[in-house]
Amino acid sequence: VEPRRVMAATTARASANSELDLAKMSLREVNQLMHDTDSGDFLIRNSRGEHSLACGLDGDLNVTIDGHVGYYCAGMNKRAHVTVNGNAGTGLAENMMSGYVHVKGDASQSAGATGCGGLLVIDGNASARCGIALRGLDIVVKGSVGHMSAFMAQAGSLVVLGDAGDAFGDSLYEARLYVRGSVKALGADCVAKEMREEHKASLRKLLDAAGVNADISEFKRYGSARKLYHFHVDNAGQY
Amino acid sequence: MCGIVGLFLKNQALQRDLGRLTSLMLRELCDRGPDSAGFAVYGAETEGTTKICMVNRNGAVNWRAVARELGQAIGAEVAVEEVEDHAIFKTTGAGEVARKWLIDNVPAAYVLSQGHSIEIFKGVGNPAAIMDRLDLSERKGTHAIGHTRMATESAVTVAGSHPFSTGDDTCLVHNGSLSNHNRLRDQLVRHGERFQTDNDSEVAAAYLASRMRAGDTLKGALENGLRDLDGFYTFVVGTRDGFAVIRDPIACKPAVIAETDDWVAMASEYRAIAPLPGAEQAKIWEPAPATVYAWSRAA
Repeated sequence: VEPRRVMAATTARASANSELDLAKMSLREVNQLMHDTDSGDFLIRNSRGEHSLACGLDGDLNVTIDGHVGYYCAGMNKRAHVTVNGNAGTGLAENMMSGYVHVKGDASQSAGATGCGGLLVIDGNASARCGIALRGLDIVVKGSVGHMSAFMAQAGSLVVLGDAGDAFGDSLYEARLYVRGSVKALGADCVAKEMREEHKASLRKLLDAAGVNADISEFKRYGSARKLYHFHVDNAGQY
Repeated sequence: MCGIVGLFLKNQALQRDLGRLTSLMLRELCDRGPDSAGFAVYGAETEGTTKICMVNRNGAVNWRAVARELGQAIGAEVAVEEVEDHAIFKTTGAGEVARKWLIDNVPAAYVLSQGHSIEIFKGVGNPAAIMDRLDLSERKGTHAIGHTRMATESAVTVAGSHPFSTGDDTCLVHNGSLSNHNRLRDQLVRHGERFQTDNDSEVAAAYLASRMRAGDTLKGALENGLRDLDGFYTFVVGTRDGFAVIRDPIACKPAVIAETDDWVAMASEYRAIAPLPGAEQAKIWEPAPATVYAWSRAA
């Protein structure tokens, strides 16, 4: 470990469990302080729609942001628990690796995009492209999701308690999608599927983790028909 | 990328702060559009008087001489107020006739707007400096629309800056790009529309003006635009009474709307709404694709 890093970590430990005010500190100072800290609680005030807040965290941190956030909040998150008492802009928890991100308001487009692991919970609605290119993250949206959600999702789950917009699950790979409300239209190669016991158990687990008390019999499961991404031998003559 | 804002005041007591609040909003979006900026302010109406805003292309224009000649041409009194490189003509004569005369006879300047309430100001360079130079903070009124530009479709010139006027007291700001603007411009020219730039957003502005002249309501014109305008857009359209917001069906370009008892605000991002009084308690939502949202004092 280089000396500068050790020094920064020592200073930061003293600052853990503290309130960070973006009216008094720069965004870089706030993010750097959290990067240099291994554990502890932070309360961030005056977020006022700032971009890239609490990005790239990789400590056992509990971070609460008391306000609305801008683009890419909690992106690439690892291990940390991040709670936003407000709305989030584009690219919330983008490429999240693990940990837990909870937004108490709405999220703008591409929430949880390319997420690899962990749990993302959105209490309100998420707009277009929620869970686009999902690769293992679990997302629970208590409201509705916009068009093109779960587009090309490979692994992980998207649970929607409200409705899903147009082209839901378009060009889907192996992610599991559960919707309680209506789906405006399914995307290419996305189909309704039987809800077997293993899916009920997996949905129950996700809802419990998100603190949602809902009747799982009200949900429908959607998945890939697997016609788009497998080579079909009948097409061999096309080449 | 571009930054757009709209602010509509419901509480009359805030009218003296319109410019200051709009300036706070637009300042937050300077990094979304560092090339140029512009704004439309609606206010200060005088019964029977039309205002026409112009800006010089490069170099001073003798605005007093222009006012005199315009007065003779349209047979009406014309007063002029100079603001930096802009001029605001005020006349009791026919506004549409005056606008056409100015476009045809003053090639050293662009006509920015014409109407009873609207005033448009725009410039090239750092948006904050443009707002300071043209006194946005001091301007009063009922509603305003602003734009910071990162050019994609045409040159960085004062004429390419937004807002684009779309007829009497109507204007448009655009974040996005249109792909069928050349063909559409040709069609509109055949129907008598006048263009001053090669800009795609000016085509959208003229399209809406043309539809409304043909009898469409603003909402109807925007809904027809979903069929006829191909490309990416979030538009804010200002009218004498209020403003409307629409996003294309793909909705790649951002937009957020917030409303309190005192105001309605639209911006590319929430951070432009955050400086408004009571923003934290506002009802906030993202406008759905292909849906018109409109506010009006008349309603």
